[in-house]
Amino acid sequence: MDIRALGITKEFGRAAALRDVDLEVRSGELMALLGPSGSGKTTLLRVIAGLEQPDAGEIRFGDVDATPIPVRRRGVGFVFQHYALFRHLTVSDNVAFGLRARGRSRRPPPAEIARRVRDLLDLVQLAGYGHRFPSQLSGGQRQRVALARALAVEPKVLLLDEPFGALDARVRKDLRRSLREIHDATGQTTVFVTHDQDEALELADRVAILNGGRVEQVGTPDEVHDAPISAFVMGFVGESTQLPVEVRAGEVWFREARMAVPPQGCAPGPATLFLRPDDLAFCAPQDGWPGQVLMIRRAAGGRRAEVKLAGPGGHLVEIDLREGEAAMARGDIVHLRVRAGRVFPARADAAQSVESRPQSGRVPMP
Amino acid sequence: MSERETAPRRAPAPQRATAVTAEPPWMRRLLIGVALLFLSVFLILPLAVVFAEAFRGGLAVYRAAFADPDARAAIALTVTVAAIAVPLNLVFGIAAAWAVAKFDFPGKSLLITLIDLPFSVSPVVAGLVFVLLFGSQGWLGPWLGGAGIEIIFALPGIVLATVFVTFPFIARELIPLMQDQGNADEEAALTLGASGLRTFLTVTLPNIKWALLYGVLLCNARAMGEFGAVAVVSGHIRGLTNTMPLHVEIMYNEYNLVGAFAMASLLASLALVTLAIKSFLEWRFAGAIASGPAH
Repeated sequence: MDIRALGITKEFGRAAALRDVDLEVRSGELMALLGPSGSGKTTLLRVIAGLEQPDAGEIRFGDVDATPIPVRRRGVGFVFQHYALFRHLTVSDNVAFGLRARGRSRRPPPAEIARRVRDLLDLVQLAGYGHRFPSQLSGGQRQRVALARALAVEPKVLLLDEPFGALDARVRKDLRRSLREIHDATGQTTVFVTHDQDEALELADRVAILNGGRVEQVGTPDEVHDAPISAFVMGFVGESTQLPVEVRAGEVWFREARMAVPPQGCAPGPATLFLRPDDLAFCAPQDGWPGQVLMIRRAAGGRRAEVKLAGPGGHLVEIDLREGEAAMARGDIVHLRVRAGRVFPARADAAQSVESRPQSGRVPMP
Repeated sequence: MSERETAPRRAPAPQRATAVTAEPPWMRRLLIGVALLFLSVFLILPLAVVFAEAFRGGLAVYRAAFADPDARAAIALTVTVAAIAVPLNLVFGIAAAWAVAKFDFPGKSLLITLIDLPFSVSPVVAGLVFVLLFGSQGWLGPWLGGAGIEIIFALPGIVLATVFVTFPFIARELIPLMQDQGNADEEAALTLGASGLRTFLTVTLPNIKWALLYGVLLCNARAMGEFGAVAVVSGHIRGLTNTMPLHVEIMYNEYNLVGAFAMASLLASLALVTLAIKSFLEWRFAGAIASGPAH
């Protein structure tokens, strides 16, 4: 079932948590709501679930306006960050809770409930744990029980609020893969909230990026990573460093050098150039900017150098080291050339924070 | 080499660590001794005296004290009052704790202060308030009297005063626990399709049951033992409006020491039983009472 949020606005006190949010979740899709804390992603999830009422706007499940439907009749499965398992009930009773809570006419017979519970525990790889209590399980196992419990009521949509947030890295990775497999097996429309971009990019079919109570961009992981539509998305998804530049006559200028990057429709005036670590390359002294290697560290399977560019401002950029460049050491003077990058109009606050970065020590020029 | 040098130095470290926080032995013994002496003189000795006095004339005299119809009436009245007041406060306490712990609303801190009011107001003042409200010279008394409803110097007045005085016990026990547990369990039950009542009975109640039992025990002990507020509203009518504590006072004033201490021993036993059950609950279900989520 597809889910649509239309013009959702929600305020807590005077602070707006959501401002006129539109979002479409396609039927059978696994969507991530990604954003920094305070961006409204959890509030949006709770509004979809019916745990919060929006101040304005509408939630549609298929062709049905679900906004007036109370949470207990909305048919959503909700998984909480801290599991919210019923601690006085066994794992089996937790999973069976939703089925037993049904009215007599819709309640399956006990044998059927027992069979469904067994199947679900198999699905979340907890066969044989039915008689245990939540306190006898690890965090990852508890979250699997919470997942089985939510799936037991055959929800129209599965909603997960930071489902991996309280787990350690290895368990998190296992559970991620489980969720993906379960989603592929059941085809359940699923929305999960995360502040972890790796999680969102790895797991989701599409990612909705929220900022300040608004949806900035919705797209596949590749789209939001490779074609971000705003400076916020560019800065939030993937790694990047920023340079203050100026767009003049259809060209991008950093200080008095023209960059080999098109302005990409950015209006003339101050702008910010975002550089991914592989957008930069080392080059001969006459072809690029001099800078000093401040630090070399390991990052995601490779090595990365942090380079402070010479000249006023002391801007820092990061560059991936390729094979054969490994001999580089801290303090070396290198020359860098921009191969690619993305230009966005400078936001007053962002540009300032880049400009005002303190210059710590002079870079000796060769 | 360095291994051999550092090892002996490291070994006594734990001892030194405890020595920093602990007092020297003589100080410890002194503190424990003072505490024990205080407890003996102010708590254990009086309790022992109550039972010693009650049994001074032997078991037969002790029994005879309870053969007195007024004594029996006092016990019956006390049990009746507790049987009405405790369930009422059970409902009020859960409702108040629920409102405070699960919802945000203007005036919440005022409500919490009001819940504590019976603790800070002298019970005598509480009794007087009810006399002023419902007494024959009071605001509502003449009107109620006209309708044939007696409150002061009758059972309803005693129940009202007792409910007032014992109100905070259950609410106070539940509020921190329910605040700590939060709403997630209830929200989970709702998303699974459970009704509000089912959510309360199958999720909320099991989460708070030990704290609730604990609160009920304390509430009951106080309801049966309350003197001040009840003394003001009861009127001391023997065989009719005398509760156990009031009966003790009357017996004592009439120099019927065995009668007074026999009844007092019953009240003291109630306190001891309450304490025993309370300690058992604390020992057995410490986690569920003191703090919140077990996981």
